[in-house]
Amino acid sequence: MKKLLILGAGMAGTMAANKLTRLFHERQLDWQITLVDPDALHYYQPGFLFVPFGVYGGDDIVLPKRRLLPSDVELLQACIVEIDHEHNRVQLSSGEKLDYDFLIIATGADIHPEQTPGLSGPAWGDTIHTFYSFQGAVALFEKLRVWKGGRLVVNVVENPIKCPVAPLEFLMLADAFFLAKGMRDKVQLTYATPLSGAFTKPVAASHLNTLLAIKGIQVEPDYLVEAVNPDMRTLSSFDGRELGYDVLVSVPINMGATVVGESGLGDDLNYVPVNQHTMLDERHPNIFVLGDAAALPTSKAGSVAHFAIEKFCANFLDHVNGRQMHESFDGHANCFIESGHGKGLLIDFNYVTEPLPGAYPVPWVGPFSLLKETRANHWGKMLFKWIYWNILLKGYRLPIPTDMSMTGKQTAEAMN
Amino acid sequence: MQTLTKNTIGGKEIMLNGEGFLVHAEDWDKQLAIGIAVAEGIADLTDDHWKVINFCRQTAQNSKSPTLRQITTGTGISTKTMFALFPKGPAKKVARIAGLGKPEGCV
Repeated sequence: MKKLLILGAGMAGTMAANKLTRLFHERQLDWQITLVDPDALHYYQPGFLFVPFGVYGGDDIVLPKRRLLPSDVELLQACIVEIDHEHNRVQLSSGEKLDYDFLIIATGADIHPEQTPGLSGPAWGDTIHTFYSFQGAVALFEKLRVWKGGRLVVNVVENPIKCPVAPLEFLMLADAFFLAKGMRDKVQLTYATPLSGAFTKPVAASHLNTLLAIKGIQVEPDYLVEAVNPDMRTLSSFDGRELGYDVLVSVPINMGATVVGESGLGDDLNYVPVNQHTMLDERHPNIFVLGDAAALPTSKAGSVAHFAIEKFCANFLDHVNGRQMHESFDGHANCFIESGHGKGLLIDFNYVTEPLPGAYPVPWVGPFSLLKETRANHWGKMLFKWIYWNILLKGYRLPIPTDMSMTGKQTAEAMN
Repeated sequence: MQTLTKNTIGGKEIMLNGEGFLVHAEDWDKQLAIGIAVAEGIADLTDDHWKVINFCRQTAQNSKSPTLRQITTGTGISTKTMFALFPKGPAKKVARIAGLGKPEGCV
């Protein structure tokens, strides 16, 4: 019997375990899959965005991890202390050691407010909030419910972050939320971002900058925060710009798992360098890295994990049997962007093609529109929660292509 | 999509793109770097400046300059010092002076 050990039972680990279990059954292969995760609960992370506005509660976005896995997959709830890649062994905090033939690192990325001076002190949860954790999103819900208005600043400390559009969505939903409460005129919304505008890539940035301007959301570009002063309620940047707030919604620096760094596998942010088309750690031919834990040159997003895992599973048996891997991940991802008032946008991109206007998934038809605010896009996002729990995590295939398609897309040149 | 402009820097005619990055990498030499630095408001390039410029040129991938974190980790120069050396957007500024493309984050 061969042993496959998966570190992390988040979206990537769960999806891979479900898909590979089915593959091993179909081929009647004798593999034991073991997952290790310190947390017993699985969070639907795209749902965190909606919690502060009372759209989703815990019942919508939390399930026990065990319920999402096949019965013959072993799930251990434990902390991982060391990945001993020289000896193909992982040590747990209980002292238990797990040997593996193949290892999947799917330990994700998490926020680290302690890396920014002043961010994680006593004001955390009072005047400083985040929606990048379930507890944080719930605390922010409580805050916004009774808040009388003032300056709300959303600050991204440093890129890359999980779901780079989420801070924009938060601001647009906040605009709609305060309008509905009849207090929009009492709230000043500001986005302080290390980027030069709302978004990285030019075509999407231009669309999103316009949307933010229409909604009266101010952008403080090229803002690299040096420290937070919770007593004065100010942010200060490395270039000396001070920004006052009454509520700070922070997206603290995101980093990979500490154990990845301590085991000598990570880069400066504890992400594992991999082949961007196969997700193989080329220094260790029996280690793959899936989801946010990998240092791929694209967004940290569930969508990236989803399409990458489709390719990974198609390649896995070839690789195990010493054959060449034929499937190549192109960096494809798509993300709905909530813009408030029951509307949303959609972006579709890969390693080389930036988000462009068009229709998705059927070129020229849709039903979803790329880089355009529509109600269909909003309903796509809402429907996605059901798809996530019932199709994606279970490892079933969605009826959409895994590779990105240029068909029907308007290129930047054509737009000029 | 980008507008290109012809510029004369340090007596040399070069092409810059709309964001001020060098279009033809082969035009770059140390003299040009000094000229671009002056245009960027840095009158003197010190040893520390050169340490950063050289690091960026050595680690650039596909002519894309490294990110600020990659520079601070790679050179041991702190973010604060980077802002003192290359004020207002140090990663982009050093990329222009080093004759490299814009340091690009991901989507």
